[in-house]
Amino acid sequence: MIGPPKDCDPIITVRGLRNSFGEQVIHENLDLTVCRGEILGVVGGSGTGKSVLMRSIIGLQKPDAGDVEVLGETMIDRDEDEAKNIRRRWGILFQNGALFSTLTVAENVEVPIREYFPYLDKQLLDEIASYKIAMSGLRADAGPKYPSELSGGMVKRAGLARALALDPELLFLDEPTAGLDPISAAGFDELIRSLQKRLELTVFLITHDLDTLYAICDRVAVLADKKVIAVGTIPELLALDHPWIQEYFKGPRGRAAADTAEQHGEMIGGSGA
Amino acid sequence: MERDPRQGGKGSGATYRMAGSITISRAASTAREIAAEPDPLTIDLSGVRNMDTVGAWLVYRTVRDRNAKVVGASEGAKSLLEQVAEADRPVKVHPEESGGFLRVLRELGEWVAEAGITLVGLLGFFGATLIGFANLIKRPKRFRLNAIIQRFDVVGVRALGIIGLMSFLIGIVIAQQGSVQLEQFGAEIYTINLIGRITVRELGTLMTAIMVAGRSGSAFAAQLGTMKITEEIDAMRTIGVSPVEALVIPRLIASVIMMPLLAFWAIIMSLLGGGIFVWLDIGIPPITYIQRLQEVIPLHDLWIGLIKAPVFGFIIALAGCFQGMLVESNSEEVGQRTTTAVVQSIFLVIVLDAVFAVFFSSIGWK
Repeated sequence: MIGPPKDCDPIITVRGLRNSFGEQVIHENLDLTVCRGEILGVVGGSGTGKSVLMRSIIGLQKPDAGDVEVLGETMIDRDEDEAKNIRRRWGILFQNGALFSTLTVAENVEVPIREYFPYLDKQLLDEIASYKIAMSGLRADAGPKYPSELSGGMVKRAGLARALALDPELLFLDEPTAGLDPISAAGFDELIRSLQKRLELTVFLITHDLDTLYAICDRVAVLADKKVIAVGTIPELLALDHPWIQEYFKGPRGRAAADTAEQHGEMIGGSGA
Repeated sequence: MERDPRQGGKGSGATYRMAGSITISRAASTAREIAAEPDPLTIDLSGVRNMDTVGAWLVYRTVRDRNAKVVGASEGAKSLLEQVAEADRPVKVHPEESGGFLRVLRELGEWVAEAGITLVGLLGFFGATLIGFANLIKRPKRFRLNAIIQRFDVVGVRALGIIGLMSFLIGIVIAQQGSVQLEQFGAEIYTINLIGRITVRELGTLMTAIMVAGRSGSAFAAQLGTMKITEEIDAMRTIGVSPVEALVIPRLIASVIMMPLLAFWAIIMSLLGGGIFVWLDIGIPPITYIQRLQEVIPLHDLWIGLIKAPVFGFIIALAGCFQGMLVESNSEEVGQRTTTAVVQSIFLVIVLDAVFAVFFSSIGWK
């Protein structure tokens, strides 16, 4: 296991996490550190508990044991009012967007702002919603549309606009490119990368998409055997001889993604900063 | 954040000095303060420690709308200003709305058109089920006996408890209200006529239909609607299974067969409830009650009650399945369609009940 870099300023710290559903243990003694300003990719086979890990970090799933600290505050057994102060500092994009289906895209973006800043005047609120929508790469006519009228790619972008509504420091993305065509997926990768750089975000990204890993992740955490078996840049991971990691990155799809990344002249695993 | 007194000279305008953190939490007050400054305005950002996109937006829109000058911006602030400037595209936020009278007119028109389309659709759906029936008669092997028996259980057997209890209580209520009024003429004995005729001829079947519409009609709409959303119905079609044969017809048959049985059960329970009340309250012994019922209820009352029941069952299942199949996009629609199914089927049941009442009276079954 490769630890965090020396100059790491931890923004998420998970220690000794244990999660289980009935008899089935999902995580056992799981440790993970996410550093400020990085894009951390989380990979793992289906059913290894990637989403459960994200849910425990954001407080939707109460772990059996262990400690989770986000932005320097522990997330276990927090009082709802105290937790709110942390919640407004992060944004979350759920796998299927989780847009409120009875609200328009613009209203969806306004929900978190209204919740925390009810006294903003209507016009400023609309202006904020409209530049967030534009920043997320949605077309100008998307604002008044309802989620059921949007395509899969647009739902993800609208979800991202809502996640960015409060200018978060920390962004959680659960399989942002799943179900998108390769062109939209590449566009979404680029969008995340550029937003991350410009808004100085820290991104916790769950993905199955090898292209995404090569294109935008600074470090990758591998989930297997109920814990994080390794965290590091892709070259660092490739140097390990864990069978799952080798299979994952050196399989046909892994090689194809590596080739694409090389052709694009990207520094594999480099921070790009 | 304060006005700089040194910069108050004539023509040179004001300088608005921002300091500390300019973020969304101070957006409202910052916006107000900027609005209060006179033109031409200079915004001094040299004291800003941190800024988010909302802060940048406030500065940017002042520059855009009022030609303000920005001085002392750090690298980070400059980059944020560029970003929000880039994202300043005419994005529509609200749906366009035409005002007042025109909107009412348009909604009225849409509503009428919708009602017409629904009616035609229901007729079309009725046709589709008839074709489904015809196909089943041609190929009886495709008849799904298991599915139908399962529906019998859900629609019929599981409803016995609630329908029985409801009918029992209605019997008591009719007996109680009737006896209070009839007592004034010293004609309590006619309470039995009242209970017997009203429950057998009308209420037993009608209340059962309302209960079945609420219980099973809504379930049909919700089940089929959810299956539409999860694309199960599309999957069925592509495999070659007709959704009408597999889903609609078993529900229709189950409702048509179960309704008269449930209605009969409801009638018996109402009579029982009424009988217990007159025994305890007026003192008519059960044996007299039963004899009297036989004398005052003509047999055709029972036929009227039981003939209506399968028709109501058919209407309820048809409306429920039809609304379920109309679901297209999202979960909210399932709820809406379920409500519509219940309202529509109860409405149709009552309309038909009125038609039946006139019809049976005019053929002499009084």
